[in-house]
Amino acid sequence: MSVLFERNPRNAVTIGLLVILALIPLYAALTGNTFAMTLFTRVLILAMAAVSLNLIMGYGGMVSFGHAAYLGLGGYAVGILAKEGVGSGFIQWPVAIAVSALFALIVGALSLRTRGVYFIMITLAFAQMVYYVAIGLDRYGGDDGLTIYKRSQFGGLIDLNNKTLFYYLCFALLLASIYLVSRLVNSRFGLAIQGARSNERRMRAIGFPVFRYKLVCFVIAGALCGLAGALLANHTNFISPAMMFWTRSGDLMVMVVLGGLATPFGPLVGTVTYLLLEEALSRVTEYPGLFLGPTLLLVAIYLHGGIAGLLERRAP
Amino acid sequence: MLYFIEQLLNGVQLGMLLFLLAAGLTLIFGIMDLVNLAHGSLYMLGAYFAATFAALTGSFVLGAILALTATFVSGVALEVIAIRPLYGRSHLDQVLGTFGLLLFFNELVRLVWGPAGMTLSLPSAMLTAVQIIPGVYYPAYRLVIIAATLAVAALLYILVMRTRLGMLIRAGASNREMVGALGVNIKLLYTLVFGLGAALAGFAGLMQAPILTVQIGMGENILILAFVVIIIGGIGSIRGAFVAAIIVGLIDTLGRAFLPDLLRAMINTNAALTLAPALSSMSIYMLMAGILVFRPEGLFPAASK
Repeated sequence: MSVLFERNPRNAVTIGLLVILALIPLYAALTGNTFAMTLFTRVLILAMAAVSLNLIMGYGGMVSFGHAAYLGLGGYAVGILAKEGVGSGFIQWPVAIAVSALFALIVGALSLRTRGVYFIMITLAFAQMVYYVAIGLDRYGGDDGLTIYKRSQFGGLIDLNNKTLFYYLCFALLLASIYLVSRLVNSRFGLAIQGARSNERRMRAIGFPVFRYKLVCFVIAGALCGLAGALLANHTNFISPAMMFWTRSGDLMVMVVLGGLATPFGPLVGTVTYLLLEEALSRVTEYPGLFLGPTLLLVAIYLHGGIAGLLERRAP
Repeated sequence: MLYFIEQLLNGVQLGMLLFLLAAGLTLIFGIMDLVNLAHGSLYMLGAYFAATFAALTGSFVLGAILALTATFVSGVALEVIAIRPLYGRSHLDQVLGTFGLLLFFNELVRLVWGPAGMTLSLPSAMLTAVQIIPGVYYPAYRLVIIAATLAVAALLYILVMRTRLGMLIRAGASNREMVGALGVNIKLLYTLVFGLGAALAGFAGLMQAPILTVQIGMGENILILAFVVIIIGGIGSIRGAFVAAIIVGLIDTLGRAFLPDLLRAMINTNAALTLAPALSSMSIYMLMAGILVFRPEGLFPAASK
């Protein structure tokens, strides 16, 4: 982990944030503030989705605008299995991961043939396809969504109904995925992916099978996000097509860019900032979008490298 | 058979609307290299302006003209204030910035017009159904939509291919720097093109307003369809957008109308019944995937830059 934590302002903020996140259940227990628990569990889960998006978008330069589809697929895998009487998490979660990976394989195989704005729009269109398919699934609630009456069962190993336990499970899985992604991008495989981001033609000329590498990367990100989707379904006890509408994918992109592309903890910082900003604005004004929207525009125009970049520049 | 003709016309009508949106998107992308997610917001604004002005003036046509002007002006203002800094930036920055604009416009509409939707009633002459061929009746207003959008498409063709402004637009699409170097006011050209795209989106919105409920977020679904259209047609190509819009409109409408029955006839299982509505909404994406396998740049790739 020493690669992750050099001494600089960015890491000071990261470590501070991790300590705060670790203490949230304690704070909630002391003050009786259950809302904080709900909000921050959601933050952790979406941060995990953002971490997976950062793998392809930040490190791989693959601007996928359909990442919410994997959240939805993971969630629907859990919801559909639960409705059909398969309550075991040992089945639900692997299925959620497998379905998302398979969808990522198909979408990746088709969309990685294209470049630039085509890639953005095609990933967007395929995600929207999943959204419409979910609306068409009348048996599983169609447009209205489906309530999950029983959270995934782990045979007495972990009780997901215990909010504190669930929170720390999400926290552990988030840290594990950050670790996994940072190990991955610093491996030979990851360096080839990052090389392809800067100059794909050169990487191909050196002899790397760039298409295959990118596809594998795309599938890993999809699978990881599928797991986040399974967590999200367990968190909300509810799935609906709305969780994968394309503006959700936009939210995920905002989280990654806001925190800092291609930085290990950027997605987490971005998710915390975005969701808390949203929450704070909706408390002080009836029209949060009036302020949130222009903020995003200003971030896009002025804040190169997101919050991570901002802290970097402040460094002595 | 009668039902088929009706659905065919519905498909053409959806296609024409998609063309109005896709033409603006593809122009803006082709010339300014800008991914504009706020395009659907302009469509929504067009519809809201139409409903408001029609109610104020008491005339649908007058309301439509005012709404069109208002959307053009909004587009120009949007370009000058918010879009300009995004030119020449990465597509990711543009996606982020225009996504912010989309959130802003949704909220602005909620602030100005309230959270409830609006309706726009038509003059009684357009409410009747016309007999198009013996035995087949079709709502007059939908025919008006088809005719009006065809006229706009023709005007757009003349504008782009036969006028001096169109010449500059085409030149801008093939080599931006060169056009600027030749002394053309490229800033003004960009603003005009953005305004034109906004007006086209607004026109689509105001024509659609009497058929749908005018509501917040109405542009978000149709924007994705417009994206599919320009992917299939080839980004930057207006001709491609036209052909692809008709194809997508027809396949989407006919797929929804006939695919579930077709599936039921072929495989009569419960699974098929459950999946039929889901599958029918996949048809255009299947088409897009199929076309991408053979032509990753779309049907009519614009001249390479």
